[in-house]
Amino acid sequence: MAYSEKVIDHYENPRNVGSFDKNDPSVATGMVGAPACGDVMKLQLKISDEGVIEDAKFKTYGCGSAIASSSLVTEWVKGKTIDEAQTIKNTAIAEELALPPVKIHCSILAEDAIKAAIEDYKSKQ
Amino acid sequence: MTYFELFQLPYGFAVDLGALTITYRDLQKAVHPDNFANASSHEQLMAVQKTAEINDALATLKHPLRRAEYMLHLMGVDIRAEQQTLQDPAFLMAQMELREALDDARHADDPDAALATLTSQTQSDIDQYFNDLTPILDAQDQANAENAADFIRKLKFLYKFLDEIERLEDELFSD
Repeated sequence: MAYSEKVIDHYENPRNVGSFDKNDPSVATGMVGAPACGDVMKLQLKISDEGVIEDAKFKTYGCGSAIASSSLVTEWVKGKTIDEAQTIKNTAIAEELALPPVKIHCSILAEDAIKAAIEDYKSKQ
Repeated sequence: MTYFELFQLPYGFAVDLGALTITYRDLQKAVHPDNFANASSHEQLMAVQKTAEINDALATLKHPLRRAEYMLHLMGVDIRAEQQTLQDPAFLMAQMELREALDDARHADDPDAALATLTSQTQSDIDQYFNDLTPILDAQDQANAENAADFIRKLKFLYKFLDEIERLEDELFSD
């Protein structure tokens, strides 16, 4: 299957790969997996006291589209408030990366990773 | 007709693979195109469709995970085309650590041994999930159908991981 140029760019030069200390109270960790393909994604957000996402990192084991989707959302969430980040939809990710229908679940994974991270943050407060 | 009925097997997770193969040959023989050379085009089409069904049934019953998914489908829960994500942090963290261990195995002093350890560990996890899953499927225990779906979703990650181990093995030891 042919990947779009944007997917290849994120796949070859993934942004913000890595981890923060998950025990840091300002760090939110979202773990999600896609049973259909066995992909596993970890998204971490560093959130200020004002609820602004200052930094983001990810680690994804999966296909090019899953890596590109998580790389893209780390760029998108930076500078947003958690309420703004919460509104990011998988359809926007899929559209930006021109994902084919069989790879839509990768964008769903990325959307759910943001939600899971914010959930984790709220549970820590 | 269920795939079990098609193959004249008792409904149950434990499948006699020898009997499965023998019945497969008999079924295939019965619908072989040679037998339909002089048949009407409708009958020929039916035979082709039956062949496809027999092949699907064999592939489904042969593989433990596909068989489990099919049995869950017979219980009325179809997860075969779902796009839902799994959000079980402890399980996913463990999966991530396994995948990190696989990355490390690539550079280990003895990659062969490292991969063998990961394989046997994953296989024993798989066996454990099937131990819990089998009684639910065999008894068609509706009260535990959601638990069965959860076990099967997790098994998918473990099987995927076995594939990844195999891929690395091929890469490291192919010459």
